[in-house]
Amino acid sequence: MRSGCDASVGGTTDVTLEVQVEKKLADFALNVSFCAPAAPLSILGPSGAGKTMLLRCIAGLEKPGRGRIALNDRVLFDSEQKIRTPARARRIALLFQNYALFPHRTVAENIAFGLYGLAPAEQAARIATLVARTHLTGLEKRYPRELSGGEQQRTALARALAIEPEALLLDEPLSALDTHLRAQVETELQDTFAAYRHPALLVTHNMEEAYRLSEQLLVLSRGRVAAFGAKEEIFRHPASVEVAQLTGCKNISRARANADGTIAALDWDCRVRVAATIGKAPKYIGIRAHHIDFLESAGDASTQENIFPCWVVRTSETPFRITLFLSLDHVHGEGGAHHVQAEVFKEKWLRFRERPFPWHLRLAPESLFLMDG
Amino acid sequence: MDWSPLWISLATSLTATAVTLVVGLAAAAWRENRSGAGAALIDGVFLLPLVLPPTVVGFFLLLLFGRNGPLGKLLLQLGATVVFSWPATVIAATVVAFPLMYLTARAALEQVDPHLLQAARTLGASEWRVFREVALPLAWPGVLAGTILSFARALGEFGATLMLAGNIPGRTETIPIAIYFAVEANEIQQALAWCALDVGISIALLGGLYYWTHAQRLRRERWGHH
Repeated sequence: MRSGCDASVGGTTDVTLEVQVEKKLADFALNVSFCAPAAPLSILGPSGAGKTMLLRCIAGLEKPGRGRIALNDRVLFDSEQKIRTPARARRIALLFQNYALFPHRTVAENIAFGLYGLAPAEQAARIATLVARTHLTGLEKRYPRELSGGEQQRTALARALAIEPEALLLDEPLSALDTHLRAQVETELQDTFAAYRHPALLVTHNMEEAYRLSEQLLVLSRGRVAAFGAKEEIFRHPASVEVAQLTGCKNISRARANADGTIAALDWDCRVRVAATIGKAPKYIGIRAHHIDFLESAGDASTQENIFPCWVVRTSETPFRITLFLSLDHVHGEGGAHHVQAEVFKEKWLRFRERPFPWHLRLAPESLFLMDG
Repeated sequence: MDWSPLWISLATSLTATAVTLVVGLAAAAWRENRSGAGAALIDGVFLLPLVLPPTVVGFFLLLLFGRNGPLGKLLLQLGATVVFSWPATVIAATVVAFPLMYLTARAALEQVDPHLLQAARTLGASEWRVFREVALPLAWPGVLAGTILSFARALGEFGATLMLAGNIPGRTETIPIAIYFAVEANEIQQALAWCALDVGISIALLGGLYYWTHAQRLRRERWGHH
């Protein structure tokens, strides 16, 4: 297996966590290889992509079939050299999805668990520091049952940080929280990450969470790395249909390159120009729903490229935005099939809604991206 | 009245319960992360004393610890004979009580959320610490129930004890054996007295258990376990 560390990502050279894991799962095989620098890294993937299993392999709770895991200078697992450091000696903290707090221990006692062997005075001092840092002051004598979801999460984080881990693994840290708590806990996590100078892997199925919490992104799909790199790049130009879908792209069409340099978007029944250089035989073309633009007046149509008349066949509202399902030809009419979907703010929708059809939409060449598979 | 059967019974049951607790817990903890034919076979051996008639268990123990038995020979070389001595009552009671301890301890340990044990491991705890500080405290109510069941079973042990330890007044005569021989000798008053004492011990035991579980429940409600 090729070492995933040959090429460092985003110009970072201080690679500290090297992961190559192969493991057979129930209905697919986990086969992942990457290097994480001393920074937060979000691992994004749908449920059942193998995200949790990956973390468990790194933490030493599961044994990979083959591979190698190294943290800084320490080889934690190497199937060929038959090295397998037990979980207790890895100094890798794992934050479980349900926090796994010890129910029979108070907050302070939970945090103290990883401070075993220290002198009582030192232990007390360390607990006090962690309690202050995770805003748990006053809750030291409570049992986990008596804490709110956010407080439980902070206790689990304090307990994990107590061992001064050389890597921090978080398994869906926000998914067990009520919506109103999520934003707050997410901010706290950002603070924690900012102060933490080691690799921090954060597993999530929520692309916005992944985007906000780290600069680097690893997209996992059915046990494989579908994309790995700087988040802006992955969102701006997904390498495959899979990554496009996982990063929330709503408009994907089969594509064929024409001799005149244009691209035929087969599922949208149109022909477009793209800003990117066309590689050999792109198979798909995509554009994000919020990148689709509408012209204020039909007069602009002749001056720009990639302008198409469109008809709204259906709408779907959220509190501040609206999704418009658009047909690029009149044939389908109201309630019929749509070619693309566009997402606009309500204000814009209110301005446009009374206008007669067809409207004119623009697929900006710089917003269109091509995919090979 | 000769009170020696009471003291012998209590000493035998307490010793047997202590041994059962340690060995049963160790066996249950050992068995926890194992599966397969070997483990299933060992389960069968461990549970055999529960399904076999106590006289059969006693007979096997007699073969094992007798003058010509493998363990008996070994002990003889060390200058000890077990058969028809007080330790024999302990061995019989332990073997018969063991399956109850093993079964309840296993059930109690299996109920502990494995994530808690894994979290403890990632926090640097040795397997012994994981067991002592996480698994055991959380499984404790079940383990205690198993201990009390074992004690009750040891206290009532008759068949295997009679086979291995016989009936030597003042040495191996426990309450159940005293009752049997009292009835046989037509000393009904004597038998009734021992029965009353046995009932008294059982009621005290159950009362203690009830009181304790009630206190535990109040405490554990704070933990979120019921």
